[in-house]
Amino acid sequence: MFLHEVIIAGFGGQGILSAGRLIAYAGMLDGREVSFFPSYGPEMRGGTANCMVVVSEEPIASPVLNSCTALMVMNNPSLEKFESYIKKGGVLIADSSLVQQKPTRDDIKHFELPATLMASEAGNKAFSNIYLIGKLIKETGIITPESFEKALYGVLSKSKHHLIPQEMEALKAGMEY
Amino acid sequence: MGERLLMKGNEVIAEAAIRAGCRHYFGYPITPQTEIAHYMAKKMPKVGGVFLQAESEVSAINMVYGAASAGKRVMTSSSSPGISLKQEGISYASGAQLPAVVVNIMRGGPGLGGIQPSQSDYFQATKGGGHGDYRLIVLAPSSVQELYELTVDAFNLADQYRMVAMILGDGVLGQMMEVVNFRDEEPIVDADKSWAACGHGMKREHNTITSIHLDPAVLEQWNQALQKKYKTICEKEQRYELYKTDDADIIIVAYGSVARIAKNVVHVAREEGLKVGLLRPITLWPFPTKAFEQVMDKTRAFLTVEMSSGQMLEDVMLTVSGRKPVYFTGRMGGMIPRVDDIMAKIKEISAG
Amino acid sequence: MAVVFDRPHALVDIPMHYCPGCTHGITHRLVAEALDDLGIEGKTVGVSSVGCSYNNYFYFNCDMIQAAHGRAPAVATGVKRSLPDNIVFTYQGDGDLAAIGTAEIVHAAARGENITVIFINNTIYGMTSGQMAPTTLLNQVTTTTPYGRSAKNHGNPIRVCEMLATLEGPAYIERVSLHDIKHIKKAKEAVRKAFKVQMAGKGFSLVEILSTCPTNWGMDPLESLDRVKNEMLEYYPLGVFAGEDLEV
Ligand SMILES: Cc1ncc(C[n+]2csc(CCOP(=O)(O)OP(=O)(O)O)c2C)c(N)n1
Ligand code: SF4
Ligand SMILES: [Mg+2]
Repeated sequence: MFLHEVIIAGFGGQGILSAGRLIAYAGMLDGREVSFFPSYGPEMRGGTANCMVVVSEEPIASPVLNSCTALMVMNNPSLEKFESYIKKGGVLIADSSLVQQKPTRDDIKHFELPATLMASEAGNKAFSNIYLIGKLIKETGIITPESFEKALYGVLSKSKHHLIPQEMEALKAGMEY
Repeated sequence: MGERLLMKGNEVIAEAAIRAGCRHYFGYPITPQTEIAHYMAKKMPKVGGVFLQAESEVSAINMVYGAASAGKRVMTSSSSPGISLKQEGISYASGAQLPAVVVNIMRGGPGLGGIQPSQSDYFQATKGGGHGDYRLIVLAPSSVQELYELTVDAFNLADQYRMVAMILGDGVLGQMMEVVNFRDEEPIVDADKSWAACGHGMKREHNTITSIHLDPAVLEQWNQALQKKYKTICEKEQRYELYKTDDADIIIVAYGSVARIAKNVVHVAREEGLKVGLLRPITLWPFPTKAFEQVMDKTRAFLTVEMSSGQMLEDVMLTVSGRKPVYFTGRMGGMIPRVDDIMAKIKEISAG
Repeated sequence: MAVVFDRPHALVDIPMHYCPGCTHGITHRLVAEALDDLGIEGKTVGVSSVGCSYNNYFYFNCDMIQAAHGRAPAVATGVKRSLPDNIVFTYQGDGDLAAIGTAEIVHAAARGENITVIFINNTIYGMTSGQMAPTTLLNQVTTTTPYGRSAKNHGNPIRVCEMLATLEGPAYIERVSLHDIKHIKKAKEAVRKAFKVQMAGKGFSLVEILSTCPTNWGMDPLESLDRVKNEMLEYYPLGVFAGEDLEV
């Protein structure tokens, strides 16, 4: 059964919530059922951010997750907090430029890529989340890159559309890493 | 079928209201429902409607009282502490038989509490949070699509019965995004509003909107009329969903976002060979007693799950009336019940 | 080594949760310094309101009470009438004081209630992510005035000091600003004076502090200070509105 339950977590300002929204949007364009549930609160004052995304063939039971098929983390505390959520055989993707810690489990598939470093080398630090999404696509097939591109056009304001080719480059780099 | 859109629950409520013909919205910011106001601030001017940020929830509900008296479709929204402030106005609107829609996207209390999701305003919503013998129609959506449909229905029901209808959601529903399918045209009930105070133009007797009746005999009659209306609603407007209850030994009773988690539990339990079903009240008032009658003989026990200390639990127990055991598990303060914890409770019940 | 810049005793030694460049922190320091200088920390009761500073009870070392949105002056009245020899202050934002709490502040002032009000005017609702406040300037874009505040739809911003100064009750009302060091020093004097007015039993005192909210203004901290200077001062002139000649 096609069912992906993803938790994305890191600091506020790392594009955690927009990554989740983009995946949900792309999943919708792929014709799936989707849900997106962000953590909320006065996050502007630093602190952590996370979101839960479900992409499924069947109607989604709950948008609130107690376990996930994939976890994407952009800081150490998030790995600590959510590692136990990953289902057996599930996927962990960590931004190794920020996450030094290693998972304690050996029944999951662990992938690392230095997304933040890759993004700043490519000249746009704000795209670090896109590299991670690329890796997620490659390892899980949660969405198609084509829908992801359309999602960018759907979600971003027109003034940012000229950046989309760069973002697609980032996605590709993530997929190929 | 209309467009498939990925939208946030709070924004869908606002969009639904506009589609239902609401052109007057009065509110005051509070997390986790403020996006309703943000959406209204942007959209209302574009559809020739009114968005006004009131100086307080007390004012907002009285602005609602005014617009409803004038015969307009009107809405206000808030979250728990703000809804407490609106209780006086809700009582007055109920006394004056005014149609209006009030949205409560609940957060943890009491007091200033927190901003995370909760269902601890169930008593306030269903038993009358203000003074007097009155009821609200209380609708409890559990998906973004249902936020849309039930908001439209809330306007229709409010107009039809001349009373306040409440959408009772929580922080999960307000903040989450799901796909919503808007209809091309809304089923808008065209209710009689000849009672409105909108200027008689020298063409009719003057209308009065009031909730004061100093003669106790008159006030009792007025109350009896209200009660008669409430009884009709109890008979005609109960709504619920029964999910895999046909063969269920244990039926979870849960509403709103908790019902979504409960659905997960039903799946997990069945994978483990436990026959579990879900009874989901969609109207919290009128409480869907009919749903219980449908499953009463077939099931062994009920398990109420709430994000509260067990408020709906009292209505479940009243309805079941000792015919079957009723169990409870819940979380408070903004904590969301976990599938594992509910499963543990289910195993405890099946073993016992 | 001599310590030239130390944390006031009345301020707890923990990191504050405010955004970078937010002036709430400066104001906390000014209040704490006044409590230290006047030696009143031990007999002071502060009332926190509802806004970004809702939890400043973590930061002030005196006894603190958290009040409902807008009700701090009523709570402070209850405290002061119970403990007339103690010092009581409220710390309120512009949404808290001038929108939902308008009745409470007007009547506390009209009664000449012997309390001190620290009033933070940042022209916005900070805590709930940037909605219009009663003090929001004309044309200012906020999340609930996406097309800018207009006098026709939203009314003109409220000048709290001027409004309260029309009452007979207040003993001392002053508006100050935090946009540079010189003005911060003046603000410090005003806060001190407000507490001294209360200590002398003269009645209601209020200091309005023109403040920043870089996060919801969408500006960096320095741009925010410029906005206070260039845009806010024009509509909110600094000065003493009641009790200019009051010697304490
Ligand atoms: C009765 C009630 N209504 C609304 C809220 C939500 N709320 C929390 S803070 C706030 C506004 C605070 O703005 P302000 O007083 O200007 O303080 P600032 O955050 O700007 O310092 C509101 C509306 C609440 N907590 N209680
Ligand atoms: S939101 Fe504004 S007022 Fe609140 S802490 Fe941040 S900068 Fe300060
Ligand atoms: Mg403010």
